[in-house]
Amino acid sequence: MFDMLQTWLSSFLYDWLAILITLLIQAVAVILPVLLAVAWLTFFERKVIGYMQIRMGPNRVGPQGWLQPIADALKLMNKEIIFPSQSNLYLFVIAPVLALAPAIAGWAVIPFDANGVVVADINAGLLYVLAVSSVVVYGVIISGWASNSKYAFLGAMRASAQKISYEIAMGFALVTVLMVAGSMNLTAIVEGQQGGILNWYWIPLLPMFFVYFLSGVAETNRAPFDVAEGESEIVAGFHVEYSGMAFAIFFLAEYAMMILISFMTAIMFLGGWLSPFEGVPLLADLFAWVPGFIWLFMKVAIFLFIFLWFRATFPRYRYDQIMRLGWKVFIPVTIVWVFVVGALAYFKMGPWFN
Amino acid sequence: MTFEQFIFYILATMAALSGLMVISVKNPVKAALWLVLTFVSTAGIWLIAQAEFLGLVLILVYVGAVMVLFLFVVMMLDINVATIKEGFTRYYPLGVLTALAIFALIYLVVGPNRFGLEQVVPPVMDGNVSNTLSIAVPLYTTHVYAFILAAVLLLVGIVAAITLTLRRRSPETVLYQNIDKQVKVRAADRFRMVKMDAVKKEADINEEEKD
Amino acid sequence: MITFIKHQVKTFGLIELFKGLAVTGKYFFKRKITVRYPEEKTPYSPRFRGHHALRRYENGEERCIACKLCEAVCPANAITIESEERADGSRRTVQYDIDMFKCIYCGFCEEACPVDAIVETRVYEYEFHERGPNIVTKERLLAFGDQQEAQIAADRAADAKYR
Repeated sequence: MFDMLQTWLSSFLYDWLAILITLLIQAVAVILPVLLAVAWLTFFERKVIGYMQIRMGPNRVGPQGWLQPIADALKLMNKEIIFPSQSNLYLFVIAPVLALAPAIAGWAVIPFDANGVVVADINAGLLYVLAVSSVVVYGVIISGWASNSKYAFLGAMRASAQKISYEIAMGFALVTVLMVAGSMNLTAIVEGQQGGILNWYWIPLLPMFFVYFLSGVAETNRAPFDVAEGESEIVAGFHVEYSGMAFAIFFLAEYAMMILISFMTAIMFLGGWLSPFEGVPLLADLFAWVPGFIWLFMKVAIFLFIFLWFRATFPRYRYDQIMRLGWKVFIPVTIVWVFVVGALAYFKMGPWFN
Repeated sequence: MTFEQFIFYILATMAALSGLMVISVKNPVKAALWLVLTFVSTAGIWLIAQAEFLGLVLILVYVGAVMVLFLFVVMMLDINVATIKEGFTRYYPLGVLTALAIFALIYLVVGPNRFGLEQVVPPVMDGNVSNTLSIAVPLYTTHVYAFILAAVLLLVGIVAAITLTLRRRSPETVLYQNIDKQVKVRAADRFRMVKMDAVKKEADINEEEKD
Repeated sequence: MITFIKHQVKTFGLIELFKGLAVTGKYFFKRKITVRYPEEKTPYSPRFRGHHALRRYENGEERCIACKLCEAVCPANAITIESEERADGSRRTVQYDIDMFKCIYCGFCEEACPVDAIVETRVYEYEFHERGPNIVTKERLLAFGDQQEAQIAADRAADAKYR
């Protein structure tokens, strides 16, 4: 579809301009739904946590509270943005941007369906996502430092130390995926899982599946790993000095990262857009009409629900316990599993290695 | 000028200017942040040169990990710039001389007479060649010993750093937490049910009265 | 050995975490206990302590005899009373103010009152938008008492045998 648009545009425009316009339209087509999803994810979060605490959650704005995110957004936009007088103004302003930009940039390589429904189908997609998600930490660090507040600084230190610790475990988990799939292209990774639920990579990589997802929870500073914003100790962590829309952007970044992590988990371990009934005699035909992206979105929704479920269930980890889990549990487990996967690949075990 | 060249010149200017800012900015934290910008624009140049693996690894390793740790240290330290800048004018000529010498050396080694487009013809690559594969294959076949050697060197570095910073304190003065032990603990280890009568026996009361 | 294996399975199987998730998962489907306030209200007791009111006797005479026991007992010093002798020789108040911002709704005034004049009604839905109206005067208290008399009398009657 976008190729057609580009050829049509280049018939009367410069080639590079046509490419630029097509890219912009593609980017908007991905970013806009992501931001809307973020808005309603906050609503969904409050509802789910409310339900788990036998409450109703927000139910006042609109039917059953469905317009709550719009009310929230309007409120945040109308709020005054306060600049602390001793802060470093440029860095203070640039920090939320640095937090949001990578969280959105990661979406460039996420494939939504077969036949290349993706903004950029690059070879090193896996590496790109890892690199981009490692840049998110700058928003946190800079906001903490530029605010010139002790709470913000402590929060930033905690958050960034936690992020770079879990990045290692996450990287190793991605290495195992790479070993099984033999490619860093996300589309190729999904296509390598064809052939039903037993061919998906979650079976040979079961520990990595857990490690990746839990690292993702830690990476996005979500409960139970949210010491960075531990209300009882350091108020709100790195964004304590931010108000109004600047604060909302940190929020957007956090939730966009959550959705991105869920997408990555679904793509790498649960077969992306592939139907779970593939190869099952009767059901496969019954569900053949369901388009691939529906399956992908359903898998992502499950992971997002688990994010919220975690938050409603587990108490916050202490800081040293977080570090212990990351360095002394996850990293050794991943290193061991790299060798296990190596052995599996060498002996061409199961339907996953061929 | 093609579009790619245009992007290249923007990134190159950015890299050069931010490199200049790294050494001229007074605040060390800002200097580190300018260095991050230098890395990012360099990574962009590598991406244009179709070395996407190198570009992404540069961002992942240097921007995402090394510079974050660096920023940690710089933010925590209270660096007094004035004392560091002491004697700047005195050593200024010497510094310029050293810089020129180093630049000359670099120019002689990797200048256009050795690495120019005339000397090294860039291989024409098919767009679908995986960058990662073309780096991995020579790395794990022809240069495998050098690769392992580098890995061992890094391991030695890790061991050295840990031995230098490890402080063993006696467990009597510092209480360590053994989480494994804590998790394994059972109710029976910590808690003892004691059976006793609700009312004291008369014999016991009489004994107490005697005391 | 068995305990060792058991422990490892428990640790790496994340058993405890799944147990915790099961608990919250179960509550996810439970009936919700939220009371949607303006539409639904929780039942409350006849002893509820809300907005104050001054009562009258059936013949229309105000009960309060300006004994100032309530003023004395009030822990927040919210009540201010001025009294005078009326033409018929009885002692009555000329001023009976309650500062609703100071009041802590402890109900001591009601307990102290020998003639059941000052009472706390079950009305709690009232608000002040500015300073001034928060000081509720004698006239307003009496008027509020007249308005709520039926409910007040019913509440006192329901609670009478425990007093």
